[in-house]
Amino acid sequence: MAKKTTSKAAASPAAATPKPATAHVKERDIRTQKKILTLAAEIAKRALAGREPTVRIPMRTKTNTIWNKKRGILEMGEGAVERPLFDLKTAKQFMQTMLHASTVKDLIDAGKTSSLRGVFYKAKHTVAGTKENTFDTQDESDPILEDLEVALGALREELHVFAENRGSMVGNITVIDKGDEINCRRMGSGGYAMPSIVEPDIIQFGKCEAKFVLHVEKGTVWNRFNEDRFWEKHNCILTHGAGQPPRGCRRLLQRLNQELKLPIICVLDNDPWGHYIYSVIKQGSISLAFESSRLAIPDAKFLGIRAKDYRECGLDDAVKIDLTDNDIKRAGEIAAYPWFAGHKGWQREIDGLLKNGFKMEVESLITKDISYVTETYVPQRLKAKDWLE
Amino acid sequence: MESAVKDRNANASTKPNTTPTTKRRGATAEEMAARQKDVSVSEFFVKNRHLLGFDNARKALLTTVKEAVDNSLDACEEGGILPEIVVIIEDLDPKRQATAKSSRYRVTVVDNGPGIVRKQVENIFGRLLYGSKFHRLKMSRGQQGIGISAAGMNGLITTGRPMIIHTKPGAKQAAHHIELAMNTKTNRAEVTLDKETADFPPSRLRSLSSGTKQLASEDAYLSPSSFPTGTSVAIELEGKYQKGRGSVDEFLELTAIANPHARIVFVPPSRVASDDAEDMLPGTSAAAAQEGKSKDAKRDAPAQTSETGGVIVYPRGVQELPVETKEIQPHPKGIELGILLQMIRDYESSEKGTLYDFLQTRFCRVSSATASKFCSAIGVTSRTKASEIEPQQVEKLFKVFDEERLSPPPTDCLAPIGVRQLLAGLLKGVKAEFYAASTREAAVYRGRPFQIEAAIAFGGDLPGDQAARVIRFANRVPLLFQQSACSSFKAIEETPWRNYAMQQPRGGLPVGPLVVMIHMASVWVPFTSESKEAIADYDEIRKEMRLALMECGRKLGTYLRKRQKMRREGERRDVFERYIGEIAKALNAITGEDARKIYDALLQQARTKTAVADQELDEDGKVVADDDDSFDDDGVIVVSSAIAPIEKEAPLAAPVFLEAKSKSTKPVDTKRDAKALAPSTPKQAPSKRSAPAIITKKDLAARASEAKPTEKKPTEKKPRFDDNDPRLF
Repeated sequence: MAKKTTSKAAASPAAATPKPATAHVKERDIRTQKKILTLAAEIAKRALAGREPTVRIPMRTKTNTIWNKKRGILEMGEGAVERPLFDLKTAKQFMQTMLHASTVKDLIDAGKTSSLRGVFYKAKHTVAGTKENTFDTQDESDPILEDLEVALGALREELHVFAENRGSMVGNITVIDKGDEINCRRMGSGGYAMPSIVEPDIIQFGKCEAKFVLHVEKGTVWNRFNEDRFWEKHNCILTHGAGQPPRGCRRLLQRLNQELKLPIICVLDNDPWGHYIYSVIKQGSISLAFESSRLAIPDAKFLGIRAKDYRECGLDDAVKIDLTDNDIKRAGEIAAYPWFAGHKGWQREIDGLLKNGFKMEVESLITKDISYVTETYVPQRLKAKDWLE
Repeated sequence: MESAVKDRNANASTKPNTTPTTKRRGATAEEMAARQKDVSVSEFFVKNRHLLGFDNARKALLTTVKEAVDNSLDACEEGGILPEIVVIIEDLDPKRQATAKSSRYRVTVVDNGPGIVRKQVENIFGRLLYGSKFHRLKMSRGQQGIGISAAGMNGLITTGRPMIIHTKPGAKQAAHHIELAMNTKTNRAEVTLDKETADFPPSRLRSLSSGTKQLASEDAYLSPSSFPTGTSVAIELEGKYQKGRGSVDEFLELTAIANPHARIVFVPPSRVASDDAEDMLPGTSAAAAQEGKSKDAKRDAPAQTSETGGVIVYPRGVQELPVETKEIQPHPKGIELGILLQMIRDYESSEKGTLYDFLQTRFCRVSSATASKFCSAIGVTSRTKASEIEPQQVEKLFKVFDEERLSPPPTDCLAPIGVRQLLAGLLKGVKAEFYAASTREAAVYRGRPFQIEAAIAFGGDLPGDQAARVIRFANRVPLLFQQSACSSFKAIEETPWRNYAMQQPRGGLPVGPLVVMIHMASVWVPFTSESKEAIADYDEIRKEMRLALMECGRKLGTYLRKRQKMRREGERRDVFERYIGEIAKALNAITGEDARKIYDALLQQARTKTAVADQELDEDGKVVADDDDSFDDDGVIVVSSAIAPIEKEAPLAAPVFLEAKSKSTKPVDTKRDAKALAPSTPKQAPSKRSAPAIITKKDLAARASEAKPTEKKPTEKKPRFDDNDPRLF
């Protein structure tokens, strides 16, 4: 069912026009409300009939993730687990799921949104008559909300919940955010903070001259590019996702790619983690496999840092960071992913990393020159189209 | 055996030689001969009082009480009288300093036994090694005939005061009032006062304290009507009265446990000696003494023991005397060769009969058929005289004894306490949650039958972090000292307590809230010393003890495992019920469905799912029978009120929308249920056995769902691998 909704969600931005957003939102809210009510009513019915209440939750696990080779994305399978009330292992989670369902309903009723942390606090209280909390930490609350997303077949934003803003954007583009026009060419040193919810009803794209999007791993690297006005010189959009990019960032990149047909080019560290970030951007992640069709960018490109760069760029010995045992293990795992397994370029790349025996961060290029990465490295590679796909 | 005898002979022959060869100091053999003389038993024991249990002031007091009480109980039982025993300890030096190591006490023990014939008084109380019990194989408390006279002797030596005896041998006869002192040189008594009196029991004893006066006025203390016959012994001695382990109080408490047919009244002295670590016995501590005190305080209504103005009354638990025991002949199995030779020699000199007759009359379980079998086995006829038997033939006979299958010795010579009495006694004296007892079949060591009984008490008020307390009895007499030298102690250490869900440090006593009680009944209890504190470590005895303990242990293990299961169910219910209120509220908020209706429906389900927890708690008859039929009806008692309640931590308050609703689980019967003792304790109805089946099915289902890929748990996030946890790949 996740697939259904996501395909719908993917379909709607295709008609990406700043049309009557409120009406659209209302209609969507009514749909979500109905889903919550159906879930709760079914449980109440079971309870009153003397049958054991249970929630069916599609599994967000590796085993239930399918690699759709044709589309080049990860998709969620049909597998699901029951979460019964009368089981010691799941009793509390069952209760928590119900609490979140009720919280979300309240949010939608009030027409407000809340952060993940806000939802956690709204549902957190002491269980009547005990000293036990319904939730102890936000880490307990967030996965329950994800469970609810998949159980309802509704996305986080449809539940009126958002995450912290993370990641920044500058470049030759204007976006309209809740009606406010944001000129990303005039964002100073800080950039436009990419919101958690970037659906067409919130964000529309305005004028865009950029020819591609350069996505870097971290804020520090992004600062270097921004300070050097790289986006101006190369007519692009510059983004970062503060490590593993959150949903908002990924969704925005995907929309830029899909709607504005901009290629997404990634500059990430030369280590298994960097490879993994690329993998998530490209085909989606397991825990959010149900959203892949909305988030994955199958034609994203990996520009660097490459294993060969140590030699090609003539880097100093000081940039080497030894691979840990864990890194080596991760590299092996990544090489075995179906979407990398048949890809000669990637097999060579990972092999190169392992042969090197060390990893390199993007910042390592600074040993050549402060602006080597923005003035020499990236432009050269772009020109040569020297990247992995 | 043979070589041992030879060795001894060898020693004997070398001994005379050693004296002359040692360096001369000027004494001639004649001079030395003048100094050599008989040592009387009394003199020997005056110098070796510790052998008899008079090592120190505290123990002297206890031993005196113990010997007198043992004698009284034996006398009453032999006379067929339900024992009524009064123990009085008077402090004769109440103004002594607090730091005094000892004080002078007068111990008086009065019984309602058959009394003592006048001419025997001197022999019984004034001679060591004089008694009725040494020469026979019959189960009794006293054995050697040392006890009471040794106590009197100890008193005489420490205070110079004679023993005062009142005895009334017949209901219509006058009582004798005799005071006697022992002449240790001659091992004979010297009577210093001898008169007849009508004052029995001595009226002085009734007005000792407010407590005695009150009880006397209620006819519950030394009333002449309860003592138509009887004996009173008073001994003055240097002693020390303290509470705690190894105290008079403990002795009487345990005696009451092992002798539920006796009524015992104890009048303790007005003043308890200050704790004095120096004089404390090993294993005793100030804390233990303290504990003893608090236990006394606690020992109130449920334990049945009552206290009036300082006087403690251990009431009679059962109205029947123990089965009267018979004297028996030794059993051929386990007899030793030397003893067999000696028996044949004795028989030659006294009866001059045939071996055939000898075998039948001097042994138990030897029928005429068996006797002729034995005779032919060693190549003699039934007419062969015992005197004609060669030592080699005796040796052969000894072997035949060993090989022949014989029925075990008769058990009517033994009077075990009995499972029910054991449980009754423990229930009275120990506050626990679970009791089990077992009595073994009689067995034989060295031709003497014996029978082992064991009982355990678990849980309840018992301290959980200490080694188990061991209570030992031999022929119903508590053994208070030298625990680690005792066979029973070793048997407890050898018992695999870990198999029964108990902790047990390697080669040690089990640790936990446990009391282990062992009773050995035998016609002759092999003590390690004359003070009768520990049972000698015979393999046969230890094995029987271990088997008895294992029987109890198995019952405990079964119980504990079941208890655990119940507790788990209880916890399950607790968890479910905790969340139901929240769920009902949330569903109500979403659907508008009535929260209470949903709550009730879910609660109903939760109760059904965890029915086992209910079932057990509802059993106010206490779980006696288990679902596997290994429990016999009488062997086990469970006091559910002593069980730590399952839902005690956070009693569930009803959710706000349910204020008026009562939702407590069924009340647990809090009083100790005497019904549990009734032989007709109901077995669990078969219908109840289906309850665990529900759980089993449920568990299976749970296990099945486990086998399926489980969903992601809300685990902690790693800082880098956050939003889309890569560990899932």
